[in-house]
Amino acid sequence: MSNLDAAGPGPESLPPARPASASPVYLDHAATTPMLPAALAAMTEELAQLGNPSSLHNAGRRARRVVEESRELVAEAYGARPSEVIFTSGGTEADNLAVKGMYWARRAEHAARRRVLATATEHHAVLDSVGWLAEHEDAEADWLAVTSAGVVTPATLAEAIERDPAGVALISIMWANNEVGSIQPIAELAELAAERQIPFHSDAVQAAGQLRVSLADSGATALTITAHKIGGPVGVGALLLARGEQPVPVLHGGGQERDVRSGTLDVPAIRAFAVAVQEATQRRADEAKRVAALRDDLVAQVLAAVPDAVLNGTPPGPGRLPGNAHFSFPGCEGDALLMLLDAKGIACSTGSACTAGVAQPSHVLLAMGADEARARGSLRFSLGHSSQQSDVDQLGSAISEVVERARRATR
Amino acid sequence: MTTLRVLAAMSGGVDSAVAAARAAEAGHDVTGVHLALSRNPSSYRTGARGCCTLEDARDARRAADVIGIPFYVWDMAERFHADVVEDFVAEYARGNTPNPCLRCNEKIKFAAVLDRAVALGFDAVCTGHHARLEPIPGVNGRNRLVRSVDIGKDQSYVLAVLSSDQLGRAMFPLGGITKDQVRKEAADRGLAVADKPDSHDVCFIADGDTRSFLHGQLGSAPGQIVDTDGAVVGSHDGSYGFTIGQRKGLGISRPAPDGKPRFVLNIEPVSRTVTVGPAEALDVVEIEASQPIWSGCLPPDKPVDCHVQLRAHGEVHPAVCEHVGDKVRINLHEPARGVATGQAAVFYDGDAVLGSARITSTR
Repeated sequence: MSNLDAAGPGPESLPPARPASASPVYLDHAATTPMLPAALAAMTEELAQLGNPSSLHNAGRRARRVVEESRELVAEAYGARPSEVIFTSGGTEADNLAVKGMYWARRAEHAARRRVLATATEHHAVLDSVGWLAEHEDAEADWLAVTSAGVVTPATLAEAIERDPAGVALISIMWANNEVGSIQPIAELAELAAERQIPFHSDAVQAAGQLRVSLADSGATALTITAHKIGGPVGVGALLLARGEQPVPVLHGGGQERDVRSGTLDVPAIRAFAVAVQEATQRRADEAKRVAALRDDLVAQVLAAVPDAVLNGTPPGPGRLPGNAHFSFPGCEGDALLMLLDAKGIACSTGSACTAGVAQPSHVLLAMGADEARARGSLRFSLGHSSQQSDVDQLGSAISEVVERARRATR
Repeated sequence: MTTLRVLAAMSGGVDSAVAAARAAEAGHDVTGVHLALSRNPSSYRTGARGCCTLEDARDARRAADVIGIPFYVWDMAERFHADVVEDFVAEYARGNTPNPCLRCNEKIKFAAVLDRAVALGFDAVCTGHHARLEPIPGVNGRNRLVRSVDIGKDQSYVLAVLSSDQLGRAMFPLGGITKDQVRKEAADRGLAVADKPDSHDVCFIADGDTRSFLHGQLGSAPGQIVDTDGAVVGSHDGSYGFTIGQRKGLGISRPAPDGKPRFVLNIEPVSRTVTVGPAEALDVVEIEASQPIWSGCLPPDKPVDCHVQLRAHGEVHPAVCEHVGDKVRINLHEPARGVATGQAAVFYDGDAVLGSARITSTR
């Protein structure tokens, strides 16, 4: 016990965080949210329990009961039946399972179904899965164009489907964009897919905590959700998958989840996930209003301090995630802005993927028609359940000087 | 001591990690930055290159974690390609022998990176170079570059191209200790890079084969190899594959009449003619060099007695240097052998750097 205490990497063995990097202002909820205290308590308690939910003895039955109760809570919150909840290790796995698994299954039924329709602004978990299918599995990637606000219109999807409806294996369109917060007209898009009996998947990772998300009402075939964007732990998520759909598995093994997903279920994480879902759902309507008001103030303060900043994505309102604010700062490099804000204890994101820590120009902004300079000079501020007015005010009072300094550093 | 805001360039190697740790321990406000110099970094180190892979970036990040300083990656790939890689290729194409590490210090670390750092509010750039900075005797507030106490690892030669202003913003915390001490200190500080091998080769040539890299960049440009009398003794696929003083890999089948080894004496890139001859013909006593930088003294108005170093890790030669117009004329007391154009001539007073210039011709 004492050996473990001494040897493990833990807060004691880490150097004390400097005040500058302590990030008291956390504006990166789209990357991950702080765990809700109730979820943390549930997870901690469950970690001390024994039992594999696949085991037949008493300990196993207890664990199984926790999993199934959690499944019911998640199902109820997202308009699904319990049997439609496939627990996964998170959003990336759920996206891979939906895109690859449904492609393989549809292809097995009809060899002509090679087309995968997806938005050019998808998260990399979908984007790269589709790209991999095109490169290795004979798929034809058909990237759907978005408007300058990042929205794919029903007309765009209809036109793409009608080019060769019988050849479409599946459609994947994210519910809300992780970078710019634009919300897609999912019900309308899913209806177009349903008319042609084409499976429709939506990555709802960003939407799940902030918007009303329902598998049944949306008409989608499959939805991806994950725990750590809504106050749950990292490492657990789910694919909400309509009954009757049987994607080809990506992970083979014990077939624990409907024979679609294998792997011993992570009971503590699943329990905490369900607690977070329950709490987030109960608070959602009020929280969305509260967070949207903070976000609107953040946008106003930033635009007042930096008049030539440009808010990317759909205008604040029903078409945009309540917690998202995403700006381009002309003449700045996003990574310089991030570093300067970090030094002031303000955490945000350039919003785009990194290669070895080097920010690439965002494929989302490029798809929205931005040039490379504008794409590189962007920052995402994302609010969530822990956000307060003081966070917004601190950003508001810091941003002008930071932008000015970053501009001087741009050659 | 004044607390400075210091940007520590961290390659992922042991030197820059210890340098950053020393700067932080001295009480400065240090931020670590790894410079991404390759457009398509490979995943793992191979051979003796030590700065450009994803593994090196991770090593740098871990070192920053252990030191307890913020860490970022700066993308300098475009600038590095334009200012260092393209210059390297162009210099070989002109028949010169460039030093890319020197160019990287001049154009990237103490120019592009330093300028960005200063604009972002930093006071200095700290690196793991083995060299010292000491006040110039009799000149107020200016430092000059001095060789490392570890003469075998001294890097003052590749830093001598820096101007006074650049040196004024530089911090070299390792100049007073040896490489062995650096490794021991890294181990004592718990830095995992303590045992990482030294890097030697050109960082952007993955397999270390400079000639085939240049061939890939410049293509085939066949020409003749002639002796000092003009007789053709062989042929080559590109004059850029040769360096003054080179002996191996000339591909001459016929031995010299006197049976002695032959060396590259001259490279004429326009006619693509490579001249070879005996070792004695490599002797040089007069050197002309351009773009002089006098960082360790005021630009001299009369000939200066000094020691001149003509390549990295090369020996020093007693000489008289005269600044004439925008050039420096160097007269060596004794002949030096194998002096390549494109290399730097660095002028030393003892261990202190007076200045440097770029070798343009020899006699």
